Amino acid sequence: MRHRISKGTLTQLLPFMVGLLMVQTGLYAQGAGGRQGGPPPTPKAAAPIDLTGYWVSVVTEDWRYRMVMPLAGDYQGVPMTPAARKVADTWDLEKEKASPDQCKSFGAPSLLRVPGRLHITWQDDQTLRMDTDAGKQTRVFHFGNWQAPAGPATLQGDSVAQWELPRPGDPRQPPPPPDPNAPPPTHGSLKVTTTHLKGGYLRKNGVPYSDNANLMEYYDLLREHNGDLWMVVTTVTTDPMYLREPFMVSTHFKKQPSDAGWNPTACSATW
Amino acid sequence: MTPNKLGLNLAMLLAVGLPALAQVDLSGSWASKNHEDAMERGAGPNPVDWAGLPLNEFGRAKALAFSQSTISMPERICWFQTQWHIAAGPFNLKMWNETDPLTGKTIAWVVGGWETRAPMTIWMDGRPRPSKNAPHDQTGFTLGSWDGDVLTAVTTHMKTGYMRRNGAAMSDQATMTTHFIRHGSMLTVAAVLEDPVYLTEPYILTRSYTESPTLLDSAGPPCIPGDEGVEEGRVPHYLPGKNPFLDEMNKVYGIPQEAAMGGSQTMYPEFRDKIKDKVANPGKCKRNCGN
Repeated sequence: MRHRISKGTLTQLLPFMVGLLMVQTGLYAQGAGGRQGGPPPTPKAAAPIDLTGYWVSVVTEDWRYRMVMPLAGDYQGVPMTPAARKVADTWDLEKEKASPDQCKSFGAPSLLRVPGRLHITWQDDQTLRMDTDAGKQTRVFHFGNWQAPAGPATLQGDSVAQWELPRPGDPRQPPPPPDPNAPPPTHGSLKVTTTHLKGGYLRKNGVPYSDNANLMEYYDLLREHNGDLWMVVTTVTTDPMYLREPFMVSTHFKKQPSDAGWNPTACSATW
Repeated sequence: MTPNKLGLNLAMLLAVGLPALAQVDLSGSWASKNHEDAMERGAGPNPVDWAGLPLNEFGRAKALAFSQSTISMPERICWFQTQWHIAAGPFNLKMWNETDPLTGKTIAWVVGGWETRAPMTIWMDGRPRPSKNAPHDQTGFTLGSWDGDVLTAVTTHMKTGYMRRNGAAMSDQATMTTHFIRHGSMLTVAAVLEDPVYLTEPYILTRSYTESPTLLDSAGPPCIPGDEGVEEGRVPHYLPGKNPFLDEMNKVYGIPQEAAMGGSQTMYPEFRDKIKDKVANPGKCKRNCGN
C-alpha cells in the first residue's frame, strides 16, 4: 500500500524540518557562533569549553617519577630507542645539580607531568596562555593562521591551537565546513600541536627527547556529579631519534576556585 | 517536483544532516599504551605503596592487613578484579555496540572482559538502576549517557575488589564513573572511583589507547579457582603493626613511609614540600627498571 503525503502537510512540515536541520548541523559545525554576514567569531568567543582559571595536578599516576626524584636508570614505561638509553645512562645527579640549565624537565612534553598548578588565561582573542607555578613556565597557544617567528628552538616550542567540536560520524574524516548561522557549541576539545622544541627530559632522571620531537595534545573537560571539574590532557610526544613509538600519557587536573596554593618556584633539575 | 519527491528529498537531506547527535563510534580494538604506571599495571605494584591514593584510615588498615597470599586462597583467586581493572590493569580494550534488532539503535556499549574481569555492559536505553539492595557482583551495573562526544558510564553494584593490586581495596559501596573520549585514532579513558568506606575523596586514573588493526577477542579465558598452596583453614593476612613491607618503598626508592601510606594529601603538589627533606636518594635502579 502506498502512502502519499499531501502538499498541505508538506507545506506545514517544511519550516520545521529545515529549522531542525539547521539546528542539528550547527551543533557540530567547526567555528560555530558567528552571525550571518558578520565576521567569524574569534577563537575566544567561539570557545566551546572554558579552560581558563586555576588548575591543580592530582598525582595518582607515575607517582614515583613525578613527586620525588626517580632512580637513575628507571625507565619503566618509556619506549626508548637504544640511542635514548645511551644518553640516559650517562645522566648523573651531581652533574645535574651543578648544571646552569635546571629546566630540562620543564619543556612542553613533560611540563604537565610536573606536580603544580596551572593558570590559564586569554592573552588576547586569538591566544590562550598557560602559566605554571612549578618552574615558572609559560606556554602560549596560538589560534588561526599564526606564523611562528624565526629563531632558535625553545623549551616550550611553537604551539598552534584549534577547537575540535562534537560531530557525528567517523571522527577520522575531516570536519564539515563552518556554518556561520550555528548556535554556540557547548562541548568540544582543544587540540594543540607544538613544534620547534629544544630537547629536554621526559623524566628528571635523564630520559631524553630531542630537538626533533613534536607534541600533540588534546584538552578535555569532564564534569563529575559531585561538582568536580577535571581537565584531562592527552599528550603524544613523537621523536624518531629517542622514542620507538609515540609516547602517550594522559594527565589530569582539578579546577580550583581561586589562586590559593599558587606557589611560583624556579626550575629544579633534582626536585 | 511532486509532493512525494519533495518529501523524499527532504527526508534524505535530514538523514544526511541528522545523524544521531554526538554518538561517536567507539567500536573496535584499542591497544593500551602502558606508558604510565607501567609496572603497577603490568607486573604489579610494590607492596605497601599507596602513594597518591586517597585512602582513609579504614582503607589503610585493610590494605596493611593484606597478604599477597590472600589471592592464592581458592575463595579469593577470582576476587580481585572488578570493573576498576579497566583503569588499573594493563589490557587492551575491545568495544562494540549492541543494537535493537528492530530499530537498529544502540541499546548498550560493551567493553569486553578478560580473565578475571567480566565485560562491562553500558546500558544506553535508560533502564532503571537496580535497587540498592540488589545483589552485587564483579560486573556491577552500568548506565551510560553521552555528554557531547564523551561517553560517560556509571557503574554501581560491584562486589568488593581491589583499587591497587597490593591490597588497597574498594568496597561494595563504590561507584565508578568512566569517561570514554575519542580523538580520531586515540582513546582516552578517565575513571573516577568514589568509595564512602575506604576513600576520603574520589580517586581518578586516566589511560590512553590507540586504535589497533589487530582484532581483539571479546573476552579472555575464564578465571578458574585452583589449589595454589594455601592450606585449608588458613587466611593469609598481617596483624596490625606486623606487615613486613612497611619500609619497602623507602628501601627501594627512598620514599618515606608517610608517603607510601597514601592519603589524599599525597596526591597534591604541596605534599612534596612536606617530604622534601625526608626523601633519600638510593641511587641506581636495580630491579624493574624497564626498557
